[in-house]
Amino acid sequence: MRAADVVTKAVRNTYRSKLRTTLTVLALFVGAFTLTLTTAVGAGVTDYVTKQVASLGADDVFIVTRTAETTTDGPAEYDPETSSASTGTTGPGLPGTGASDPITEADLDEIASFDGILSVDPVQTAAVDFVQYDDGTKLELTISPTSSVTNADLVAGEQLDEGGDPQLVLPADYVDPLGFGSAEDAVGSTVSIGITDVLGEQHTVEATIAGVSQESLLNSGAGANTALVDELVEVQSAGIDSDDPRYAIAVARFDTSLSSDEVAALKAEIIDAGFGAQTIQDQLGVIKTVIDGIIGVLNAFAVIALIAAAFGIVNTLLMSVQERTREIGLMKAMGMRGRTVFALFSLEAVAIGFLGSALGVGVAALLGTALSGALSAGPLAALPGLTILLFEPASILGIMLLIMAIAFLAGTLPARRAAAKNPIDSLRYE
Amino acid sequence: MTDLVIDAQGIGKTYGKGSARFTALADVTVQIRRGECVAIVGKSGSGKSTLMHLLALLDQPDTGTLAIEGVDTRALNARRTSELRNRTFGFVFQQFFLTPGTSVLDNVTLPLEIAGVAPRVRRERGRAALAQLELDDKAGSNATDLSGGQKQRVVIARALVSEPSVIFADEPTGNLDTATGAVVEETLLRLNREQGITLIVVTHDEDLAARCDRQIVLRDGRIVSDSAREEVAA
Ligand SMILES: Nc1ncnc2c1ncn2[C@@H]1O[C@H](COP(=O)(O)OP(=O)(O)OP(=O)(O)O)[C@@H](O)[C@H]1O
Ligand SMILES: [Mg+2]
Repeated sequence: MRAADVVTKAVRNTYRSKLRTTLTVLALFVGAFTLTLTTAVGAGVTDYVTKQVASLGADDVFIVTRTAETTTDGPAEYDPETSSASTGTTGPGLPGTGASDPITEADLDEIASFDGILSVDPVQTAAVDFVQYDDGTKLELTISPTSSVTNADLVAGEQLDEGGDPQLVLPADYVDPLGFGSAEDAVGSTVSIGITDVLGEQHTVEATIAGVSQESLLNSGAGANTALVDELVEVQSAGIDSDDPRYAIAVARFDTSLSSDEVAALKAEIIDAGFGAQTIQDQLGVIKTVIDGIIGVLNAFAVIALIAAAFGIVNTLLMSVQERTREIGLMKAMGMRGRTVFALFSLEAVAIGFLGSALGVGVAALLGTALSGALSAGPLAALPGLTILLFEPASILGIMLLIMAIAFLAGTLPARRAAAKNPIDSLRYE
Repeated sequence: MTDLVIDAQGIGKTYGKGSARFTALADVTVQIRRGECVAIVGKSGSGKSTLMHLLALLDQPDTGTLAIEGVDTRALNARRTSELRNRTFGFVFQQFFLTPGTSVLDNVTLPLEIAGVAPRVRRERGRAALAQLELDDKAGSNATDLSGGQKQRVVIARALVSEPSVIFADEPTGNLDTATGAVVEETLLRLNREQGITLIVVTHDEDLAARCDRQIVLRDGRIVSDSAREEVAA
């Protein structure tokens, strides 16, 4: 029998017991619908987090601290050689840094001496009082400590130019209160930043707005390039030089040509020397694990629904095989081979799987897109850039294939029954 | 020797095991020549259907040998057996076995579909077969909507669409009233007469049996008389 005829016949057979097929399709529909939505939530959240990773930093840097990695299990053992009393205050706002011992100039030199490290910069913090544009309202502002190594999720303008004049990346929610018409208007303008030095005197520093950034979960505050941070720190210290400056964290850039194995080796080397070193990916690993866990549980529910639906397919097709006993016997008597009968019934299962999954996926995508839009405009407006339900063609196709595969597997039992039927027994069947 | 379409030597069939063992057919030898019209008659349970199923390769004999058109069937694998059945035999059963919800034409062309014939050729030959049985106007109808006599003619059209050399008919008129039964009977005999198709018909109907060239009478799974042998013997 021709393959095309087998397919046509199988598809036609699905329409022969309409009610039964419809019910089975509905069961699959529920599974497909759920799986599509949970997968979309996973994709949406992951996509959002990935954007946040980009806003957190370049992928050629280690965040170096003086302690062991905070992601390692349990507290670190006290060692008089390397440990010193912790202040208990948290480091400047970067996830994963935690409380740490300070890094000294000598430490910076040591880190810089590792092969593959291109440069090491301490992360300096400047406590800014306000930002003001053109005699307008003075607004409080925080400068993100690692902004010189991060890529902002920009709404307008460009990333910070590390080589140039003092520059600022302004959070989007400052655009309006500062008196700019739009994010685009703000780019290129000069703002004054107020800062109080250690002696209690207030100064202002000028900076150009390089870009406007999307608000971000993980990296808050304005971005400042090295030139601006240096100037602010200088003003803040009021000319008083500390002999032995100490830093909470430093940023070490490594050679981008290194393979991931080499990066891992380099990281191990730095850790062996008594530092904590984490790439941005390391820091986000924990968050991703949590998200993946939640999505995994949701997917498990969808898969349970699909397994229930699979039994529905087995049942439906077993009834069809029973009902069509004589027909199968006749076809076999007329020379149809067992494997063709098998193909007919398993393809019928696949066709049912296709109907259920196409409907489920389609309805989920339509409803989900509408829902996602409504959520982004309403309850989730505080998280700009988050599309809570992200439908990716590849995963939609994957879900459909998965369901059709499950349907096929479910169909093999009835199909084998049908294929094994003896033509005479079938013809004698009343 | 090629003149022998079917050559069965001492074939037998036993059903069941142990105390339920039942010999439905024992040591049956029949030779059927091309173009013959053979009626298999006998009481209910005498083994008529069993014999027909064995001759039509729908079942395997436990004893004896069977050759179809000179080919020993024991030498054939499952695929070749299926092909041989598809090519050589046409079937008409007491129950019509039409696929419900499917058009008359699709029912008729089923053997061709199984044989892998292209759809266009299938339709042509299906229509030709229906025309032969004066059912051309019913080609598009749903098979379930036909009368009993029409259904049985559709079944005959299906049996002859693949141009078989043998048509097996098990009680072809059993389900029909006398008048329509006569039409079906006439149709089958005409195919045998005009197209030389070998006809092997299992029947209770003495009339139909009498109109065949040859009658084989079974009792308790054995041939008690075969008109062809009597002729030879006479
Ligand atoms: N699968 C089977 N298992 C056990 N016994 C069987 C089986 N098939 C047939 N028989 C027995 O074999 C005997 C012959 O059956 P068969 O169907 O050949 O009779 P028949 O001559 O065609 O009768 P009828 O005229 O009623 O159709 C019967 O006694 C029947 O009960
Ligand atoms: Mg019978």
